[in-house]
Amino acid sequence: MRFSRWLADRWVMGVALLVLGYLSLPIAVVAALSFNRPSSRLSYDFNEFTLDNWRQPCATSDMCDSVLRSVQIGFISTVVATVLGTLMAFALVRHRFTGRSGINLLIFLPMATPELVMGTSLLALFVSAGVPQGFWTVVIAHVMFCVSFVVVTVKARLAGMDRRLEEAAADLYAGPWQTFRLVTLPLVLPGIVAAALLAFSLSFDDFIITNFNAGTTVTFPMYVWGAAQRGIPPQVNVIGTAMFVIALLLVGLTSLRGRRSRRAALPVAPTAGRPVTSATGRRAKSPS
Amino acid sequence: MTALAHVPTSTGQPPGPPPPPRRGRHRLLPYLLLLPGAAWLLLFFAVPLFQLAAASLYDPSGSLATGYALTWAFGNYPDVLQAYWPQFARSFGYAGIALVLALLMGYPLAYAIAQKAGRWKNLLLVCVVAPMFTSFLVRTLAWKTILSDNGALVGLLRDVHLLGPDGRLLATPIAVILGLTYNFLPFLVLPLYASLERLDHRLLEAAGDLYASPVQTFRRVTLPLSMPGLIAGTLLFFIPATGDYINAELLGTPNEYMIGNVIDSAFLVRLDYPQGAALSFLLMAAILAVVFGYLRRAGTEEVL
Amino acid sequence: MTGMSAKTTGRDAPAGDLRLVNLTKRFGIFTAVDDLGLTIPQGSFFALLGASGCGKTTTLRMIAGLEQPTSGQVLLGDRDIARLRPYKRPVNTVFQSYALFPHLNIFENVAFGLRRRGIRSVDDEVMRMLALVQLDDFGHRRPAQLSGGQQQRVALARALINQPQVLLLDEPLGALDLKLRRQMQIELKRIQTEVGITFVHVTHDQEEAMTMADTVAVMNAGRIEQLGAPADIYEYPGTAFVANFLGQSNLLAAEAAGPAGSEVPVTAHGANFSVPADRARADRGTVYLGVRPEKLHLADSADRVPAGHQHVTGVVTDASYVGVSTQYLVRTGWGGELSAFAANSGLGGRLPVGASVVAHWDPRHAFLLPRKPGQDDDRTAGLLDEPVGASS
Repeated sequence: MRFSRWLADRWVMGVALLVLGYLSLPIAVVAALSFNRPSSRLSYDFNEFTLDNWRQPCATSDMCDSVLRSVQIGFISTVVATVLGTLMAFALVRHRFTGRSGINLLIFLPMATPELVMGTSLLALFVSAGVPQGFWTVVIAHVMFCVSFVVVTVKARLAGMDRRLEEAAADLYAGPWQTFRLVTLPLVLPGIVAAALLAFSLSFDDFIITNFNAGTTVTFPMYVWGAAQRGIPPQVNVIGTAMFVIALLLVGLTSLRGRRSRRAALPVAPTAGRPVTSATGRRAKSPS
Repeated sequence: MTALAHVPTSTGQPPGPPPPPRRGRHRLLPYLLLLPGAAWLLLFFAVPLFQLAAASLYDPSGSLATGYALTWAFGNYPDVLQAYWPQFARSFGYAGIALVLALLMGYPLAYAIAQKAGRWKNLLLVCVVAPMFTSFLVRTLAWKTILSDNGALVGLLRDVHLLGPDGRLLATPIAVILGLTYNFLPFLVLPLYASLERLDHRLLEAAGDLYASPVQTFRRVTLPLSMPGLIAGTLLFFIPATGDYINAELLGTPNEYMIGNVIDSAFLVRLDYPQGAALSFLLMAAILAVVFGYLRRAGTEEVL
Repeated sequence: MTGMSAKTTGRDAPAGDLRLVNLTKRFGIFTAVDDLGLTIPQGSFFALLGASGCGKTTTLRMIAGLEQPTSGQVLLGDRDIARLRPYKRPVNTVFQSYALFPHLNIFENVAFGLRRRGIRSVDDEVMRMLALVQLDDFGHRRPAQLSGGQQQRVALARALINQPQVLLLDEPLGALDLKLRRQMQIELKRIQTEVGITFVHVTHDQEEAMTMADTVAVMNAGRIEQLGAPADIYEYPGTAFVANFLGQSNLLAAEAAGPAGSEVPVTAHGANFSVPADRARADRGTVYLGVRPEKLHLADSADRVPAGHQHVTGVVTDASYVGVSTQYLVRTGWGGELSAFAANSGLGGRLPVGASVVAHWDPRHAFLLPRKPGQDDDRTAGLLDEPVGASS
């Protein structure tokens, strides 16, 4: 009886941990394979430990070129998509206009359409318009499917913002531009940064749409795809592991920073005199 | 029900409704803000769909070299359906089985993180998202190693006679379905988590107080209240899984090919645009039909 | 104060009264504020009192510049500021739920207005302001780390530091619990006396308005129902709405036939009463005869009624003991109900439910209000109404 009670309370957590194991297993394998010296080009089995792959990640130079290209495309697409999407989010949250439902549909549909359909239809457009495919057609495609995600992310942040804060700024002698710069932007910024990170990761990792519109341009996912037929160099796993570690560090750093600022701000018994100095110190840095 | 879930956090009076957006002075401003983004989406999302529709009606005897003529060749549709219905069926079949597996795994996971994890909540959430930190293709290739004929998993399954002595996992439908489940599981878990997280624990206690067994509590309270997340998660899983061809290509053989593989080769290998476009359009239509049918049965079209 | 005057051009000059002239605001077909005329004397503590949706907040927002009037003027002294943008007006607001900037610390929140006006050395002024609201040591904290009452005081300091000619307070105490609200009422009153700025306070809490304000304007459906000192309005309300919004009243449907000498005789439910002529807002035709519940006394027989008092007989149907007083509900001979409050002063016993009583009052405490023909029912605030001072 007592055991079945215990089991009833814990089985969900047990299943959850097993599923998390299923989700994490491939990453562990990628990390392990980054230290592997494969027995042959087409073998995927672990053979022998080596640090060579990490010492010479660019041993196959076209792979590193493809990573660089993906970063370039990701960067440009992110900047453009973030700007376009943020503007749209502001319009949707802050203004009334006719045609809102049409715009909402236009933003929603790309997120609900299979990538395959978006990729092939863009291909059909570029071919019939005689546009040569390459770096810039990939950027165009990436901006297209990132914009919607940016709009949704920024919109959520913006909609959660109290309009009275802006009214309070206006009431306290801030003109429209100052209100935007000193109140609106700082409060929306976390949403915009999150949207940009999302856009970059979507762009960097996209294969299907890129595959139909890249022409002879090779991004990192396309390199991996091609190499899968010819034999995967183990350095691919180095890149995969490095990406994972960098992303993990970013997440860890931001959560650590958040926690530290929360802790620093919290208890501190107020002592007479001290706040004056800290307030003065803060003033010197503050914009005005 | 949602009114019950809402528990005021302060005894004070809730703030009034936000003031309505200002009108008048800047009547053109919203359009200016929308213009670049909307133009981009129109030009590179909406217009191409029409182009794809047109391409699907091209004269099938044309070629990329000689040029295509729009002959309203509706015959392309029955032609491709007849030729590729097995791949179509496989796409929906594999995605459907993967969805069931993902629900069996994803619901307990989302529930455990939302309701049972306590202070480990954020860490576990990061673990769910973590796979997406690295490349989709590289992760899928890792399954090749895990499921390899010489790998520990296949060895184990052969030892316990779940697999015959020559039995394989790689290059079978099992591998493809496992890959699909794995790759899109986070998309199912995250929205589900979001709606389970909002679930007030006291509602479950209230159900228990009112003589509901744990199973009844789940059926009558937890499940209905997590419905929005469940619906969103299901769609976010099913749509990309149906259109996927990477798992079939990397983990399967031509016997496991899905419709995506056919479309890919029609556009990029055989350069048969009318056929590829017709297949793309059929895929989209089929997915939309399934999605709307599902939403109607689920009774909530507001998700859109 | 002295450090500021050099910078604040003209801001220190006495502004003069705040006058609203024919102020109207329509949202589509809905008229929120209807041809409002109002003069708020300089340096006064003025309360706009009304139920939610009566137009009081819209009026405040038009004074602040956050809402454009459909028509009419907002005059500060002789200057019409109705078309000025909010950041150009010498008016500051304490917002409902405070609207403190969450990304700035308390010091920067309070300094915000000074900095926007280009004042460089703000330290002394900010610290002086924080001292005024007793938050000297909180400058480096973020708003989220403060309690509701502290946030409220920051919001006040942030507005007051600009030395506005008019300070607007939009339900500033609405989010505080009862005890804190009492405390802040006294504190706000103290600060207003200290700085001498015109305060315009919007509230739906009649007790709050009466406690703090010199002048109260009761608003209903976009119009001012009555304006005056709290005691004057309470003792001699102008309309049936005011009689029951500010406190409670027993209003009996009655007929009057014009004044007779210094009295106005009325008949209600077949009985004759009279009211002094100077307490009659209407003296002919259909009227309400009003008596406040605490001015209605209960006696166990007619011969105990003091000379000069008027009375009706009835039966006690409900008695609620609320500590400071006991609130009775009395059913009269014609089926109406009257409400009577008896102070628990220790004199006289409590009456049981079912007891036959005589309800009597001094005619000098009664009043006559106009009544539209057709509104034939009595209007008695029942015991189930919310207790005095509690807010929704």
